[in-house]
Amino acid sequence: MSTITPTTHAGAPGASGSSRASGAPDSPPDEHERRPHRHPKPRAPFGPRQLVAALPGALRKLDPRQMWRNPVMFIVEVGAALTTVIAIAEPFLGGPASSGGSAVPFGFTWAIAGWLCLTVIFANLAESVAEGRGKAQADTLRQTRTSTVAHVVRNYDGAADPGAAHAATTDASSADLLLGDVVVVSAGELIPGDGDIVHGIASVDESAITGESAPVVRESGGDRSAVTGGTRVLSDRIVVRITSKPGETFVDRMIALVEGAARQKTPNEIALNILLASLSIVFVVVVLTLNPIASYAASPASIPVLIALLVCLIPTTIGGLLSAIGIAGMDRLVQQNVLAMSGRAVEAAGDVTTLLLDKTGTITYGNRRASAFVPLPGVEERELVRAAALASLADPTPEGASIVELAAARGMAFGAADGAGAAGAADAAGAEPAPAGVAVPFTAQTRMSGLDLADGTVVRKGAGSAVTAWVEESGRIPSSVFDELQERVDTISDGGGTPLVVAVRDAAGDARVLGVVHLKDVVKDGLSDRFAELRSMGIRAVMITGDNPRTAKAIAAEAGVDDYLAEATPEDKLALIKREQEGGNLVAMTGDGTNDAPALAQADVGVAMNTGTSAAKEAGNMVDLDSDPTKLIDIVRIGKQLLITRGALTTFSIANDVAKYFAIIPAMFAGVFPGLAVLNVMQLSSPASAVLSAIIFNAIVIVVLIPLALRGVKYRPLGASAVLGRNLLVYGLGGIITPFIGIKLIDLVVGLLPGF
Amino acid sequence: MDVLFAVVQAATLALILALLYRPLGDYLARVYSTDRDWKVERGLYRLIGVDPRTEQSWPAYLRGVLAFSAVGVLLVYVLQRAQTVLPYSLGLPPVPEGLSFNTAVSFVTNTNWQSYSPELTMGYTVQLAGLAVQNFVSAAVGIAVTIALVRGFARRGSGTIGNFWVDLFRGSFRLLLPLSVIGAIVLVVGGVIQNFNGFTEVTTLAGGTQHLPGGPVASQEVVKLLGTNGGGFFNVNSAHPFENPTAWTSLFQNVLMLAIPFALPRTFGTMVGSNRQGTAILAVMATLFVVSLTALTALEASGSGTAPELAGGAMEGKEQRFGIFASTLFGSTSTLTSTGAVNSMHDSYTALGGMLPMLNMMLGEVAPGGVGSGLYGMLVLAVIAVFIAGLLVGRTPEYLGKRIGPREIKLASLYILVTPVLVLAGTALSFAIPGVREDVESTSIWNPGVHGMSEVLYAFTSASNNNGSAFAGLTANTPWFNTALGVAMLLGRFIPIVLVLALAGSLAAQDKVPATAGTLPTHRPQFVGLLVGVTVLVTALTYFPVLTLGPLAEGLS
Repeated sequence: MSTITPTTHAGAPGASGSSRASGAPDSPPDEHERRPHRHPKPRAPFGPRQLVAALPGALRKLDPRQMWRNPVMFIVEVGAALTTVIAIAEPFLGGPASSGGSAVPFGFTWAIAGWLCLTVIFANLAESVAEGRGKAQADTLRQTRTSTVAHVVRNYDGAADPGAAHAATTDASSADLLLGDVVVVSAGELIPGDGDIVHGIASVDESAITGESAPVVRESGGDRSAVTGGTRVLSDRIVVRITSKPGETFVDRMIALVEGAARQKTPNEIALNILLASLSIVFVVVVLTLNPIASYAASPASIPVLIALLVCLIPTTIGGLLSAIGIAGMDRLVQQNVLAMSGRAVEAAGDVTTLLLDKTGTITYGNRRASAFVPLPGVEERELVRAAALASLADPTPEGASIVELAAARGMAFGAADGAGAAGAADAAGAEPAPAGVAVPFTAQTRMSGLDLADGTVVRKGAGSAVTAWVEESGRIPSSVFDELQERVDTISDGGGTPLVVAVRDAAGDARVLGVVHLKDVVKDGLSDRFAELRSMGIRAVMITGDNPRTAKAIAAEAGVDDYLAEATPEDKLALIKREQEGGNLVAMTGDGTNDAPALAQADVGVAMNTGTSAAKEAGNMVDLDSDPTKLIDIVRIGKQLLITRGALTTFSIANDVAKYFAIIPAMFAGVFPGLAVLNVMQLSSPASAVLSAIIFNAIVIVVLIPLALRGVKYRPLGASAVLGRNLLVYGLGGIITPFIGIKLIDLVVGLLPGF
Repeated sequence: MDVLFAVVQAATLALILALLYRPLGDYLARVYSTDRDWKVERGLYRLIGVDPRTEQSWPAYLRGVLAFSAVGVLLVYVLQRAQTVLPYSLGLPPVPEGLSFNTAVSFVTNTNWQSYSPELTMGYTVQLAGLAVQNFVSAAVGIAVTIALVRGFARRGSGTIGNFWVDLFRGSFRLLLPLSVIGAIVLVVGGVIQNFNGFTEVTTLAGGTQHLPGGPVASQEVVKLLGTNGGGFFNVNSAHPFENPTAWTSLFQNVLMLAIPFALPRTFGTMVGSNRQGTAILAVMATLFVVSLTALTALEASGSGTAPELAGGAMEGKEQRFGIFASTLFGSTSTLTSTGAVNSMHDSYTALGGMLPMLNMMLGEVAPGGVGSGLYGMLVLAVIAVFIAGLLVGRTPEYLGKRIGPREIKLASLYILVTPVLVLAGTALSFAIPGVREDVESTSIWNPGVHGMSEVLYAFTSASNNNGSAFAGLTANTPWFNTALGVAMLLGRFIPIVLVLALAGSLAAQDKVPATAGTLPTHRPQFVGLLVGVTVLVTALTYFPVLTLGPLAEGLS
């Protein structure tokens, strides 16, 4: 029997350039659609329970040394402390000082102090809740990191004893493994660290990392040699060379990521922080200069009122939620089973303008299926069908199976070959028993496969040039036949299909070409809609394929991608990325092979498949645990959502200031300038109530917006203008109107308090 | 008020500016892009040892600006102090130290704040060789800096932003000088005086004696307006019949003030290769201008109180020859550009009306702003607007293909921080330092109470934004105001220039990001609206509290 051949049929010249081989044993690509994704993970909706759980963390964050990193909230904390001191001192200084010419009710300073504290706690709460969501996942991961025993091979000799069958091993703790150590792992054991298999093949349970319960096959050499520490070998025995330093394993990085510990500020976040800091400085200056100016012709405001004004004006809403938004963005990726190595990568994903997508497995189902038999003139279709089916009987690839299936549909069914189950197969109506013969597997040299029958007849199918060469070994093909063949081959190629030429040589040694099998790539459903969506977001999709340009063009047209790169080698891919980047584009791509590593490193967003090699995972800045290349599109969406959420809350926060001014300013100086009552458009009950209501609103709005910060603003794939218009309306205009209503409602309650 | 008359004036002004927009803007773009030097320019390059073909990095460009301005301050200071030995000094004494400093800074920073009465303080030589020269070159410096910023947007991957000396000379010789000659002739035709006579003694009909001043007024008048300088030859500025004799010269003076600032967006569009972008910036400026002018006119025309109601409008402080609209138009133009010339007294506007010239300056002089400084101020605001908009559409923000990253935002944020800090700190310090406060209250403020506070606020707003107009009613020729306002003018001019040139350098070094469907278009009404909103909101949030203590408190009680 033939062995499993992960390479596609030779019908496509240069097909070996495609790094994603079809029919790989561990992840049949056609299962992508059937396999239920683990995401979105069922997760308790945001509710009071999370808030309570996050409270201790929020209180710990009150430490000024931690608060300092968030200048906006640090100002609030300082204000809260100052107000509290004043509130304590007040009774000894003869009651609350009057402010702006009006008396201040008893308890006002305490109320302000209390709500300022709450404002800080609410902001910390947001961050705590966001972090808490990653904690659970980190805990599970940490369990896999528990120390396991590693059988380290001493003096490993890869040439003489690759299987380390005779080498001596010493047991060591997995925590002590060094880069380059070689370990042996047998069935039932945990793999002690990240590495590449140097010898052997094994099925591995990776559910601890991916959540996927089905075991995957890992073998030495090729693109599926990487194993992750903490996963379990289910069968066989493998020799692994460790590729990570202690403490820097994949699991370590994952834990740091989901916990938010490794979170670095992204460029946009830094820029936003600068803008917020500078707005805060403006408002600090406004408040600091207010009393000297007021002292001339008006009457100074009391310090608690000034602090209240300052806190209302500085952008506390976004300042309090900013880090929660960032953590939640990473968390959304984790929920999609994607691990980003840096926040910068997530942000870059939102900016991507060019997506490089491998054709196989991403755009098409990854295996070509027989769609028609095209006989040459003078050949019975039935004869072609029979020969094609015979040539494919022992061919385990999806292409081969699809030829047998199509033949059966045309009434040419065989039982299983050579006795095994022949009787059972013969049950099928019209099925003849499969003739005995020797299967000839596909090799890269012959670029053909087929069957040598016992009666001396030989059938072959394969690439046009290979098969015609084979036929011509027994005599020249007449040029008319050759032209007819070429015409059919070209027609199929032009349509994006793969022509597979079928030939037969009878016992007498006469060989002739029978015809062509039309293999067709099946494009996944709904893809052209997604590409149209991407286009409206300003993202070009480029299909990468090893196919010849004609085939590539046809499939590109069918899938609706904007561009394609045919007969692509890894070098071509790298060159394309560089070219795009020189034009100012940001490029995202997926890859899994070692030969993809340079391109993955060069791309702005390089998503390595978890099934890929360590080199690929190392080179990319994200790893997709599901190994689903179409997820690139979701990653882009999450990146955009992250930016939009920040922008929306910033706009909202600044827009809120308008209403707060109308609440506080007339209240501050109403005592001296009764005419300012005209500006009290909300008709707030008293100056004290106005200030307090504004502060309460300012605090509560943070809590109210935590779910939005965690969930992210909904992203609609529309043009930039449409998105901007919508978000400006909702968060800009909404941000102006909402506090008018909110402060008024709070005032109705606060006004009931005695003295307010 | 005759509404028809107002509409005709506004329409005429708009028409003239519209006709000038393309030719003047394109001419400017050519002036600053061509490789050909004029003979006089080549001579000057040789004189100062500059190779006009050598481009400068932004720090080198900045060094040029600062060095040239420092020399300018020194020169004007020395001229004033040495007035007695200069010809045509009209027998005036040397200008005192504090005032000399203030005046030197004032003219070099394109502010033209005048703490003095010109006809009684400065002789003709100081006026011509000191002040008038600065009126030209300080305007040319402003345009040079804005052109450097535009180059930053237009270039890709470039380490240089032009050559300051080339930009300076071209702005002076190819733009301001020729336009001034034409403008001066028109003004002389309109009745503005131009002579070297001293004071003429005349006996009035009533039998009293009057000293009528003479002087080279028209030549100074034209560049006062064209360069958005604003420093008048006479104390009452364009309300003086020798500076501004008729209604139509008043309208023409508006044209002079607005011509270059409104044409610069076209230059910007042409140089970055997309005129739509220039039109969008123009639309933002024009929108703010029209809204402000309408508001001021409405407030003044409907002025409440017994006298205004009898007069059919608030006529106090208005030039009776021109009426309300010509006054509010001139006042708006003068404070929305950084000119600061006046043909009516802003101090006498209604309380709320008087707030508008202040607000105009508080906008940061961007609608359309001073020559050069208006455009770069607006482009900095556009950077902020683009940043917020970029976040809202989910992409790293970019403007004209340039990414707006942490460095750009840092520079833009600091830019918008400068003038509010100067205005508020200056005003607050005037009342916070006990000794100063005493002096301010007893000497400077003539109208105690809320209005007095407004006068101080106006002074610092005007100085920090390099406008130069005065609310009047404030004696500013005191050690405190001469020093504090001088410092405010210096910092208000040169800190923003440092930031703008740094921004230009950082933008020029960047490559261009190609526009895609995901790129936010910055030429549509949507962006125009956003930019107007950002400009107004930033101003309103900063100044609302202090305005409630001044004009709002006065106007609403």
